[in-house]
Amino acid sequence: MRADGKFTRYARWLAGGLAGLLVVSHSPCFAADAQLRQLMSLLGQRQHGEVSFVETDYLAILDRPVKSSGVLVYDAPDRLEKRTLQPKRESLVLQGDELTAQRGHRTYHLQLSAYPQVAPLVDAVRDTLAGNEAGLEKVFQVSLTGPLEDWKLRLVPRDRALARKVSRVEISGARDQIRSVEIRQTDGDHSVMTLAPAAP
Amino acid sequence: MRQRRGAAILVWAVLAALALWIVARARYSADLSAFLPQAPTATQRLLVEQLRQGVASRLIIAAIEGADTPTCARLSRSLAARLRADPEFLAVENGDAAAARRDEAFLFAHRYLLSRTVTPQRFSVAGLKEAIGNTIDLLTSPAGVLVKSLVPSDPTGEMLTLLDQLGRNQPPRTQDGVWVSKDGKRALLLVRTRAAGSDTDGQQHAVEALQAAFAAALAARPAPGARLVMSGPGVFAVKARASIKSEVMRLSIVSSVLIVALLLLVYRSLPALLLGLVPVASGALAGIAAVALGFGVVQGVTLGFGVTLIGEGVDYSIYLFIQSQSAWPTIRLGMLTSICGFAVLVASSFPGLAQLGLYSLMGVLAAGLVARFVLPALLPRNFRIRDLTPIGRRAARVLERASAGRAVVVLIAVGAVGVIGIYRGRLWSHDLSALSPVPVAAQNLDAQLRADLGAPDVRYLLVISAPSEQSALQGAEQVGAELDGLVGRHVISGYQSPAQYLPSLAVQRRRQESLPPPAVLRARLTQALSDLPLRADRLGPFLHDVEIARTAPPLTASAIDGTSFAAVADSLLVSDEDGWRALVPLEGAVSHGRTLDIDIGQIRRAVSVGAPDEVTVLDLKNQVDALYSTYLAGAVRLSLVGFVAIVILLLVALRRPTRALQVVLPLALAVLTVTACLRLFGAPLTLLHVVGMLLIVAVGSNYALFFDRRSRDGAAGAGSAGHGGDVPRELTLASLLVANAATVVAFGVLALSAVPVLHDLGETVAPGALLALIYAALLAREPFPASRAKIPG
Repeated sequence: MRADGKFTRYARWLAGGLAGLLVVSHSPCFAADAQLRQLMSLLGQRQHGEVSFVETDYLAILDRPVKSSGVLVYDAPDRLEKRTLQPKRESLVLQGDELTAQRGHRTYHLQLSAYPQVAPLVDAVRDTLAGNEAGLEKVFQVSLTGPLEDWKLRLVPRDRALARKVSRVEISGARDQIRSVEIRQTDGDHSVMTLAPAAP
Repeated sequence: MRQRRGAAILVWAVLAALALWIVARARYSADLSAFLPQAPTATQRLLVEQLRQGVASRLIIAAIEGADTPTCARLSRSLAARLRADPEFLAVENGDAAAARRDEAFLFAHRYLLSRTVTPQRFSVAGLKEAIGNTIDLLTSPAGVLVKSLVPSDPTGEMLTLLDQLGRNQPPRTQDGVWVSKDGKRALLLVRTRAAGSDTDGQQHAVEALQAAFAAALAARPAPGARLVMSGPGVFAVKARASIKSEVMRLSIVSSVLIVALLLLVYRSLPALLLGLVPVASGALAGIAAVALGFGVVQGVTLGFGVTLIGEGVDYSIYLFIQSQSAWPTIRLGMLTSICGFAVLVASSFPGLAQLGLYSLMGVLAAGLVARFVLPALLPRNFRIRDLTPIGRRAARVLERASAGRAVVVLIAVGAVGVIGIYRGRLWSHDLSALSPVPVAAQNLDAQLRADLGAPDVRYLLVISAPSEQSALQGAEQVGAELDGLVGRHVISGYQSPAQYLPSLAVQRRRQESLPPPAVLRARLTQALSDLPLRADRLGPFLHDVEIARTAPPLTASAIDGTSFAAVADSLLVSDEDGWRALVPLEGAVSHGRTLDIDIGQIRRAVSVGAPDEVTVLDLKNQVDALYSTYLAGAVRLSLVGFVAIVILLLVALRRPTRALQVVLPLALAVLTVTACLRLFGAPLTLLHVVGMLLIVAVGSNYALFFDRRSRDGAAGAGSAGHGGDVPRELTLASLLVANAATVVAFGVLALSAVPVLHDLGETVAPGALLALIYAALLAREPFPASRAKIPG
């Protein structure tokens, strides 16, 4: 806290929400075109998505990677839920500007816009979900590489405060499936979230 | 004779000089206290104290708007910097990062003394294992980005717990480094004044200092269109005082000018006018002096009511000039009925009313006595005013034609009773804000700013009374333990307590004793971490910080100086001659952006189980409304007492029930008509309407009495309303018309006031007095002055 000075007590929920937002949207149905614009337009068409996730965190301070898993649910245009089931139950619902977090027996409500250091990230993610390329470009440098069978979307923060913490976000997928979301921090710590269609 | 006149003038002059001296030295105030109880119960005393100088009363919410967000933010920073340098303000918060960093640094440095979770269990092997395990969970949620730098020095997560405990419901939105409203159009500041809310002078200083600082910030770097708006109890008090001051001034001038014009029109003589104002001026002087002596402080509102005295006091000289001395017995009885009405008000627990009663009582008495004993002595030998017989004659003719109007009066009475019957459940307003001198627009702005800031009005409050600072803090800690349970069950969403920032010494000691010495802690850590992916050698800073906390001297009030907690703790822990009080404001649960009412019964039950004896649960809004209802019920009761007293007086003086009825009936009808009309065409009636009804009877009786002469049967004793046979009836009628017009003008001007208490009184008495005269004339047993009037020429 002394180190970064920007700590806010709800930030952990926000950050938790971020990973979810980055991930949830899209499993099936990718157009054959690997062009960013076309990808975006496809992303924007998605109304509902539900996938299971496994997240592995690699932190310098910890001796070994740590795993968690659960379910992500997205509903257009702006509702996202990240339900962690293992190792501990916790739920995070972002609806519009309102974030509701439930952990243990406590519930927190907060306004996303009250957290300017995190809000641009979430906004950008929402832009991705909505296929809003212009909005995305405002916050990140966006590049798309690889063939449709193995594409990789690479987001590098333009915002300096954000860039101090996060060096890049990588989302990879194959056709209509997102395979993983990886967040790399500037200090080398990173997390990888792999996704699979939810069990019916 | 000459000697007696000289003596009367001398006594009058001495008393007037004395009154003038008292009036000049009196203290005047326009704060809340006119609306607060004089002899409160214990709970009311707490309530009054809170309203006057409590947590909420020192708060000013300021907003900068009218420019783009970066400009507003820049002005907010500049304004905050200026205000922080001003000792007038205890704390200035605008959401800037530096202040937030200072607060966080304080919390972090003292986390082991401040956090509720610091217990021996927490620092056992199992406790450490669980707490550190939680922190690792948190790390692996990608929030690790922001929290991981804390882990080496705070692996048990005390800082997070602390922030959760202190957490606001909804922190304001931050943009460009400062708090802004939800729509981003306003930059918001939260300012706590050193002056208590009841210290209107101090609040005015603070408001002016704020404005000056803003002007300076603007001058340093101009920003066209940018402006400062403010709200808060102190700002309201300042505005209310200004508006009462200017209103009292304006109303006095307007009604004086109108009445002077009226009298000039009637008398067509400057000496007559000036002499006619002598009783009024004497009465006003006597009234203010009496209030100053009786209450110590003269309320601005009382002076506003004083306008009404002009209407009543001027009547006496009118009667005297037009009807001459022979009218005195009737005037005296009228004066006594007025005094009866005012006297009961003195007993009111509503200080504003009690002052009004005393003021009017002394004013009327003085005006009457001066009119009786001094004014005749002052009159030049051959003083005469214009003959008003023609006016009286014209009026008499109108009355004659209107005598068929009795049927209409009966119809109106029936209609009025019907209307009152329909509205009987909804006749009265039970909301004190109906009397609030704060305009609705200002109240709306306040609500909006509070919503923007997520700083709901403090409505629910626990007050812990204790003999010492430490016992008050311990009480707050005990209450806090019960409240934590209620937070868990969602009865409340949170609370503030001074013990959150400044725990009692006992609790601090207990927490220090929970912390193991370094060797023990290291051993336990090693054991606790055996299954966890975190190695003890990474936690050197933790061991270091725990040892510092364990051996540190206890936290005192001076440690929080410089943080924004200082002001909060200051206002939540107060001392007076009765001892210490810890205040614990409660926050209602929030659902869909709305703060829900708190189930006060559950709070009472909870704190009555585990908390110390001296805990009071205050629901400020309910208490204030209850207080108002007490006032209202009191006013109704007093008005009835006053009415009965007037009836008894008339019965005694007039000797025959029929005659008394003759006088009282038109007054009662006037009251009914006015009540029905006010409710039919306006809002629910307030306390001042009730008082107005009493005044209709008290003032209107003066007119009704003059119509009593036809029911007179011979000599009726000293009190009887005899006026000499030498006064032509036309003249009597003319004097009544003029006197009534003066009263209606005085109260009518009050009805134009923007101050609700004055407005309500005016709009009741002005039409009531007029109706009293009309009804009295129409219901007189013989049309007045009837066909016997000689028409010359």
